[in-house]
Amino acid sequence: MPNAEHHPRVGLFVTCLADMFRPSVAFATVRLLEQAGCIVEVPEAQTCCGQPAYNSGDKKTTQEIARQTIAAFEGFDYVVGPSGSCIGMLHYYVDLFEAGDSWKQRAEDLKARAFEITSFLIDVVGFDKISASFEGSVTYHDSCSGLRQLGVKQQPRTLLGKVENLELKEMEEAETCCGFGGTFCVKYPDISNRMVSNKTEYISNSGARTLVGGDLGCLLNMAGKLKREGKEVEARHVVEILAGMCDEPAIGEADYDLAKQL
Amino acid sequence: MQIKSPDFKKNARIALQDVGLQKALGNLKAGFPVKRSIAVDRMPEFEDLRDEARDLKNHILGNLDIYLEQFESKVIENGGHVHWCRTAEDAQKKILEICQEVDAKTVTKGKSMVSEEINLNEYLEANGVQPIETDLGEYILQLREDHPSHIIAPAIHLNLEDVSEAFHKHHKRPKSDDPAVLMQEAREMLRKKFVAADVGITGANFCVAETGSTIIVTNEGNGDLTQTLPKTHIVVTSIEKVVPTLEDMTLFLRLLARSATGQEFTVYNTLSTGPRREGDQDGPENFHVVLVDNGRSEMVGTEFQDMLRCIRCSACMNHCPVYGSVGGHAYGWVYPGPMGSVLTPQMIGIEKGGNLPNASTFCGKCESVCPVRIPLPKLMRHWRENEFEKHLTPSAARYGLAGWAFFAKRPTMYRMLSKTSNWFLRTMAGKKGKISKLPLAGGWTDFRDMPAPSGKTFMQQWKEGQR
Ligand code: SF4
Repeated sequence: MPNAEHHPRVGLFVTCLADMFRPSVAFATVRLLEQAGCIVEVPEAQTCCGQPAYNSGDKKTTQEIARQTIAAFEGFDYVVGPSGSCIGMLHYYVDLFEAGDSWKQRAEDLKARAFEITSFLIDVVGFDKISASFEGSVTYHDSCSGLRQLGVKQQPRTLLGKVENLELKEMEEAETCCGFGGTFCVKYPDISNRMVSNKTEYISNSGARTLVGGDLGCLLNMAGKLKREGKEVEARHVVEILAGMCDEPAIGEADYDLAKQL
Repeated sequence: MQIKSPDFKKNARIALQDVGLQKALGNLKAGFPVKRSIAVDRMPEFEDLRDEARDLKNHILGNLDIYLEQFESKVIENGGHVHWCRTAEDAQKKILEICQEVDAKTVTKGKSMVSEEINLNEYLEANGVQPIETDLGEYILQLREDHPSHIIAPAIHLNLEDVSEAFHKHHKRPKSDDPAVLMQEAREMLRKKFVAADVGITGANFCVAETGSTIIVTNEGNGDLTQTLPKTHIVVTSIEKVVPTLEDMTLFLRLLARSATGQEFTVYNTLSTGPRREGDQDGPENFHVVLVDNGRSEMVGTEFQDMLRCIRCSACMNHCPVYGSVGGHAYGWVYPGPMGSVLTPQMIGIEKGGNLPNASTFCGKCESVCPVRIPLPKLMRHWRENEFEKHLTPSAARYGLAGWAFFAKRPTMYRMLSKTSNWFLRTMAGKKGKISKLPLAGGWTDFRDMPAPSGKTFMQQWKEGQR
């Protein structure tokens, strides 16, 4: 691995939701990676990780998307993204191919290089020199795939601990699913609604002013519910805080006409 | 039991509005998971035992025929009988036949999910044999003509008021809402029935190949009376319950109690080894084991084999946020929760059970607590694949997916799609930052706002050189 020691070359896995809903999350990820000494590139050939197809039982489409993603990120020392769920999906690619298929080996290789951002910073490059400040209290929601598949639990908390003035107030049931579940939330809206309602109650009981998490799907779900319920809690992706990029209004807020943005 | 799984969505909606049920489910959440976690914390080797149990189960499943035959020959050696039943109907008939041989009028029953699976009670009743449930929860359900909603706490969907109501109606005694009084009442009612029963039917948590024993674990002791007092004891169980040795059994018992109720050991662990022998003080004269297959052997060697490791501890449902929201009845058949979402499609067909493996966020909590490490989400996904291959996925979802896939496989076009959707959502949101009503996305906006994109797509901005 050339450069890997000092300046690893990292391919950013943008994720669909960061691309479409909250570019600042991808920009913040880039900034953190660069602060950690990485050279960041954004491969053009990436789209979605394929999770919608995988979880709908469409294995063939998933394989096609997997091959495209594997190819797009070959040659990078690491592949990093701001989502445990999407990176977790990249790890699942190995299950899509039979032993002996050369794609299986390539999928294994991708898996070994693919990391969720907070876990990459702590576990891979050992970077925790966060130079950000955040006024107020936050509570952290552990998104399911990051937590149970990738073991992301302490890493974001360690990093948040380095943010000046920030106070972490843990909520009850931080590890309980928020009810997003990709297409689940529209396929089973009533159940999803119950789950997210439980969650927003835990969030507001924590007394924190800001909800923080590592996956935009869950954050859009919880922020949307908090807004609908008129709760005063705002929601942000953890990287926005860590990169000191909180100028942008929180998720679901705006102080300008979005239609005219940029 | 009537299959209501195809109506899962409707069942769930009704369950979510059922105030009593929601209260009961709240109690469940505050109970079993907390107790499990305390018990697990007290046992440092718990995770190692899970690995051991998984490996042992895999070994058993790879040698199922050998252990089952060993079990059979031991039962026969002990003076008992083994009946192999491929289908639920075979098992019903066999059990009725045994009951009729001894001219049984009433049979007492210990708790058994396999007997639910083969719809035994209805069948016996229709053929002139009266089954009497002796597990307190099951007894309450029988009075209410209800079915279990949980595999170890069958009446978990009920509250004290419901029990008090049912007892008052059927026992014709003054109404009480004191659990101790209700318990005493049930005891008195059941005692007479224990003595009068001609046959006792129990399930089995495990079948031990080396000794030909079956074991039930209970916290009420009702199982002991059910199986020792009547002349005939029928064990109805399924083929994957076999374990090689007594020592192996204890490994599972340690995991089972902790995973289920957080107990270190269940209160009554009752082994049955053949009928009464010369000089025995008590015990049945006839001992029968009805071994039910009902689709299980078809799972061996397939992607669903892992499911056969299940020891029916209920941890997966106790920790499942979907089960915790809608309860067990919404699943529409015998086995609810994550384990049911894998098992039910196998037993009633994916055509009828298809909703169950879909109604999961794949949060993975179930797998994280399963004592035998069954990858439940993965198995649910296999059912979705199975559905997809059979073209059973609803057409709207199918077309939606195909449309999306067309773009996802073409990066340049995908970029255009993201750009257009991003622009559309921003236009809908205007100055508000969120959208309260979005055409075709009612599933989302009926319940929550849709946060709007905060600007152009990242890919657009990145290309424009933004940082
Ligand atoms: S699937 Fe696992 S957790 Fe669920 S009942 Fe079976 S053994 Fe217990």
